[in-house]
Amino acid sequence: MADDVLREILPNGLTILLKEIHTAPIISHWIWYRVGSRFENPGQTGISHWVEHMQFKGTPRFPAGALDKAISRTGGVWNAFTYLDWTTYYETLPAGQIDLAFQIESDRMRNSTFEPSEVESERTVILTELEGSLNEPTYRLAEAVQKASFDVHPYRNEIIGSAQDLKQIQRDELYQHYRNYYTPANAFVTLAGDFDAEAMLGRIIKYYADIPGGLPEIVHTQPEEPLQEERRVAVEGPGKTTYMQLAYRAPAASHPDFFIFTVLDSLLCGPTSLNMFGGGGISNKTSRLYRAVVENELAVSMRGGLQATVDPFLFEIILTVRPERTPDEVLGAIDQQISRLQDSLVSEDEIARAVKQARALFAYGSENITNQAFWLGYAEMFSRYEWFTGYVDSLSRVTPEDIHRVACEYLHPSRRVVGIYRPTGEEGGNG
Amino acid sequence: MKAAPDWVNIFSLPGADDIYRARLDNGIQLLVRRNESSPSVVISGYLPGGSMFDPQEKLGLAHLTAAMLMRGTEKRSFQTIFDDLETAGASLGFGASVHNVNFTGRSLTEDLPLIVDILQESLRSPVFPADQFERLRAQMLTHLAIRAQDTAEMANLKFDEILFAGHPYGRPEDGFPETILAITREDVHAFHRRQYGPEGMVIVVVGAVEPGQVHELIQNSLGDWRNPEQPPTPDLPAVQPRLELTRLHIPLPGKAQVDILMGVHGPRRTDPDYLAASLGNNILGQFGMMGRIGGAVREKAGLAYYASTSLNGWISAGSWEVAAGVNPANVDRAVELILAEVRRFVTEPVSPEELRDSQMNFIGRLPLSMESNAGVAAGLLNIERFNLGLDYFRQLPGKVSAITTEQVLETARRYLDPDRFLIVSCGPEIKIET
Repeated sequence: MADDVLREILPNGLTILLKEIHTAPIISHWIWYRVGSRFENPGQTGISHWVEHMQFKGTPRFPAGALDKAISRTGGVWNAFTYLDWTTYYETLPAGQIDLAFQIESDRMRNSTFEPSEVESERTVILTELEGSLNEPTYRLAEAVQKASFDVHPYRNEIIGSAQDLKQIQRDELYQHYRNYYTPANAFVTLAGDFDAEAMLGRIIKYYADIPGGLPEIVHTQPEEPLQEERRVAVEGPGKTTYMQLAYRAPAASHPDFFIFTVLDSLLCGPTSLNMFGGGGISNKTSRLYRAVVENELAVSMRGGLQATVDPFLFEIILTVRPERTPDEVLGAIDQQISRLQDSLVSEDEIARAVKQARALFAYGSENITNQAFWLGYAEMFSRYEWFTGYVDSLSRVTPEDIHRVACEYLHPSRRVVGIYRPTGEEGGNG
Repeated sequence: MKAAPDWVNIFSLPGADDIYRARLDNGIQLLVRRNESSPSVVISGYLPGGSMFDPQEKLGLAHLTAAMLMRGTEKRSFQTIFDDLETAGASLGFGASVHNVNFTGRSLTEDLPLIVDILQESLRSPVFPADQFERLRAQMLTHLAIRAQDTAEMANLKFDEILFAGHPYGRPEDGFPETILAITREDVHAFHRRQYGPEGMVIVVVGAVEPGQVHELIQNSLGDWRNPEQPPTPDLPAVQPRLELTRLHIPLPGKAQVDILMGVHGPRRTDPDYLAASLGNNILGQFGMMGRIGGAVREKAGLAYYASTSLNGWISAGSWEVAAGVNPANVDRAVELILAEVRRFVTEPVSPEELRDSQMNFIGRLPLSMESNAGVAAGLLNIERFNLGLDYFRQLPGKVSAITTEQVLETARRYLDPDRFLIVSCGPEIKIET
């Protein structure tokens, strides 16, 4: 086991990871379930996210509203996230209050009631959440690009789901999804903070060891064929601003190419921080694409990045086009930079620089206890915790030849989706 | 409740005995707090030079000037500045608010001298290259075009414009397209030459640093900075009290949701009733899942994903606001529910349990907010900005505990008159009840 992390698997299958950090009198508790949009069937997109919402709507012990109030009363913070591959819930509390987190999470793992009236109330809340996202042109573009990037794999769907599915999913389907996936064998409990690991393990066992439930049925996702040709997606809407989003298929996080691609991304678009907490990242103004498209006044902004996923997902580049330029002009400049990566080797110095940046981001993230507890579970969702602790070392082993190979294999122009949001020029608002 | 709950050790919070505070001869106020276990360092601060100094027809000048600082200095080009920063994995940025130019930077501990060097160059010797100026202007104009399409931003713009009419808080720091277009590079030069100087500047450094060494570093890079032209900060006008309910809607086609922003003036940060207002605000729209308002609008009625309150007490004035995002069909109902909660809030006192819950939240969250260098830096900046005293955080639990339900009610009544609310919404065309 890496570093100073205590790892234990209980007889009921629950995996626990504990890391002591004594820099502040707080503890962060996360619980992770292997369920997300990747696990959803057609007609039920958004069901995992909806179940996440329902986890706040009551058990016999903690009626709706009681749980978030209990945490707030301690001064703690909490939140929950649904992703492609997992759903997670966390509480960061003053160290002396940590039992509350165990009470809440061990209880709602199996005892949420999914009252029909609460289900209906959350239906409209989630539709409103979706409507808020639909207000953003960049969301609508991202949605279209994601859809076009996969033909059969559930990664093509938005985590929040489609309005159509959200309007018709029924209470019993939600409850079934919950009972199927929210089991100890399908869960991880990860804690970081001011505690003694052995003693903490004893308390966790007290709360979680008797919870029954086996592994859910394995979901077999149909493998996705590589793209055969470039796909263009057009979205139209109000405003005056043109956006462009490129998507290339990327390797899964557990694949060795992921680290190579990460360095490539750093050089092309700037370093990406995978930290969920710990403050902002580093600017990207010396990246190849920033210089090629922003300094050459083709785009107003550019950012890019990879996501750490279980199955292969996407490497994406998102740009705001300058008003007097066209998307194709921007694309031409991007293609030039990608060709450069495919025609010549990057220098070892550039790679070393990208590694130093990753080291700095790693250091920044290490200071935040909530972030450390996050990584204990997050890395286990797509690999193992050692993926995280060995991250900078993995990057430092990348060679210029590696980057060349990955650029040729993954960044082929015929294997990408090009999405463009074009404003229709409707007048609206004189800001 | 007389004292802090026993799970909060107030001596882990910053206090007079572990905050280093010193004033340089040229007026710069320095605060340093050591965080031994941290591999990184944060440097944050401000100096006068915000949008309150903008001429109306060139609104955005302070903002543009601040953004131009790192676009080239006498010693370093734009590319060199960012090459130096990004190679070290460090960050630094400037921005303007109404009163001040603000900056914040972060690096690994050993790179603090680099950040300080770029900081002082950017402040003292920016050259405002013409090509960078036009590039930045184009970026800002695009940003304004994006703002014009953002329902929450447009509601906020109109809300501030009306609530703070005739006051600098009513003007957006980033200006308008016509004002940004009216600004010349010479304007930026002149603004910088006149406004930027050490008087009124505050610098906070937090990390595994030795305060004496930091003092020396700052003294060596900024200690000899003088600007005799630096103007005194003018007094700001009083805000106009609200006399009646105002409701208006900004239509923005092609949107799926309406963003609502409603409220009234609130206390200034330094007003004696600020703490009672803050506790009341927590009960009204923050505690748990967004307090009473979140409870009514989201939990019970299912109308909104977000419906919460904010108390924005600042230097010259303040606001007390409620924000929510709802389907166009539900705007009237949401407004009704919110006003009903506000009315209840100013009619009867909150329960002792509700107050105790919020008091415990305020006290319990202190160590969490001070966990990071950035959190401590933000706390120290506030202490300095509002003259709260170096023992503010250690004294806060006692002050919070002493607030009563009567004080919360009295304070709420002083500000939250539902019949004088300003209600702004933005989104698809709707018919509103007036």
